[in-house]
Amino acid sequence: MPHATDPPAHGPVPDGAPGPAPRTPDGAPATAVRSRVALRVNGVHHELDLDHRVTLLDTLREHLDLTGAKKGCDHGQCGACTVLVEGRRANSCLLLAVALHGCEITTVEGLAGPDDTLHPLQRAFMEHDAFQCGYCTPGQLCSAVGALREAAAGHPSHATAAAALAVPGPAALSAEEVRERLSGNLCRCGAYPAIVRAVTDAGADAAATAAGAEVTP
Amino acid sequence: MRPFAYVRATSLQEAADAYAAHPGSRYLGGGTNLVDLMKLGVETPGALIDVSRLPLAEIRELPDGGLRVGATVRNSDLAAHPLVRSRYPLLSRALLAGASGQLRNVATTGGNLLQRTRCGYFQDLSTPCNKREPGSGCGARDGLHRDHAVLGHSEHCIATHPSDMAVALAALDAEVELYGGAGTTRRVAAAEFHRLPGDRPEDDTVIRPGEIVTAVLLPAPAPGAVSLYRKARERASYAFALASVAVVLDLDPGDGRVRRIALAFGGLAHRPWRAAAAEARLTGAVPDPGAVRDAVDAELARARPLRDNAYKLPLARHLACDAIAELTGAHPGSPATP
Repeated sequence: MPHATDPPAHGPVPDGAPGPAPRTPDGAPATAVRSRVALRVNGVHHELDLDHRVTLLDTLREHLDLTGAKKGCDHGQCGACTVLVEGRRANSCLLLAVALHGCEITTVEGLAGPDDTLHPLQRAFMEHDAFQCGYCTPGQLCSAVGALREAAAGHPSHATAAAALAVPGPAALSAEEVRERLSGNLCRCGAYPAIVRAVTDAGADAAATAAGAEVTP
Repeated sequence: MRPFAYVRATSLQEAADAYAAHPGSRYLGGGTNLVDLMKLGVETPGALIDVSRLPLAEIRELPDGGLRVGATVRNSDLAAHPLVRSRYPLLSRALLAGASGQLRNVATTGGNLLQRTRCGYFQDLSTPCNKREPGSGCGARDGLHRDHAVLGHSEHCIATHPSDMAVALAALDAEVELYGGAGTTRRVAAAEFHRLPGDRPEDDTVIRPGEIVTAVLLPAPAPGAVSLYRKARERASYAFALASVAVVLDLDPGDGRVRRIALAFGGLAHRPWRAAAAEARLTGAVPDPGAVRDAVDAELARARPLRDNAYKLPLARHLACDAIAELTGAHPGSPATP
């Protein structure tokens, strides 16, 4: 919120005079350690007054009561905090909420449809029993959603063969590709084989649907 | 974490002005390393100047056939760009060999260059580290240093630079563009952007206080040149390099001799290590396995391995020899090509 006593952030500046002092997004002096942050989370708009130190993960868990994203390592190494930011997967523990002002966030709570129809990846995880304790599962799911989108958009991976790297196009996800693309998500229970099967299956279904959509007028 | 002010810059000059107003502040790109270091207490800026929304997210072809990569282009987008994949495949490969899908979606080109070492002593405030706290000593030298440098280290610091991307850029003769305020920019060769530790290990790079990385410039690839990036690590994915190699090779299709070779090592030094001695030996030579091994050994003869990391020398040698052999076999000018 702008402070009435503050000078205007922008305005005529005489030549040689120092410009306006740096401003935080809400017009408060740059010495402030809090800001108002607007986020759209799972389709719902939120305005929050947050300390600049607060990560997206802590915003979700401590301020918005969305505890699906988990705090595992809190250093970007385990992937349990993975969410989608502007549709792309990211470690929410390493993102400062203030830097995401205006962004669209999707957490595991937002993957299901409005009528609670499970996301195809959620269904695949259940069908393949792709978890044991479940702690890493929200991160695995959000990461897999992002990974399938990346593959559909033609993003390569370390496992992509040279020929496919040279000719961009939607990437088919073999088990090897899934293992590589999901390497940022650890599972201490070791449910990896089932996770790989679930994501490979869901990826093949999504690719088939996309291919069908292409030939259908 | 220490409380800090936050400034979202809308122009380069605004960012530079904010830095001048907040000495000791840090520019924020993707934050994947900086925010982590703030959590660890290694970085304690009084202000973050967010440059991630500056209009620097473009990859643009240059009139000379080169490529200009804006500093805020995310690592995943750079790796996936059609022109990078077709003309600079080793750059795509290096990026894709680093970090995880989540991190690559957030990490920026400029931030990748400016990331700090992952030396455990640098990240642990309870131990001495000349890079974190000049004059405090080096915990790694007589400690756990399997991952540390074998080339170019000093008594003050044996850390390695963790970037894969920077190794590819060094081999590609890329340049880093820096904004210094008041409309001034300068360019630094990517291979010279990072420095050796000497007696100032706190300075990872030649960047001056307040300068902002604005772009990486890739020269046009030589027609017919082939390249690759190869990395050895403790696990198959999502781990830093124990050693890595980036090679660009251009053979004379007539006699199979090396017209030009660029060879850079990662994981061995405080900066990507351009193997100038090996390159000089191979230029003009037929790159048969014996000549390649001799050239690589001449480079690695300069190494000073520590108690527990001498394994990096045969590892690096095999990586480089195998990489060059693969490129030689694949090269249109090679006798091995049908």
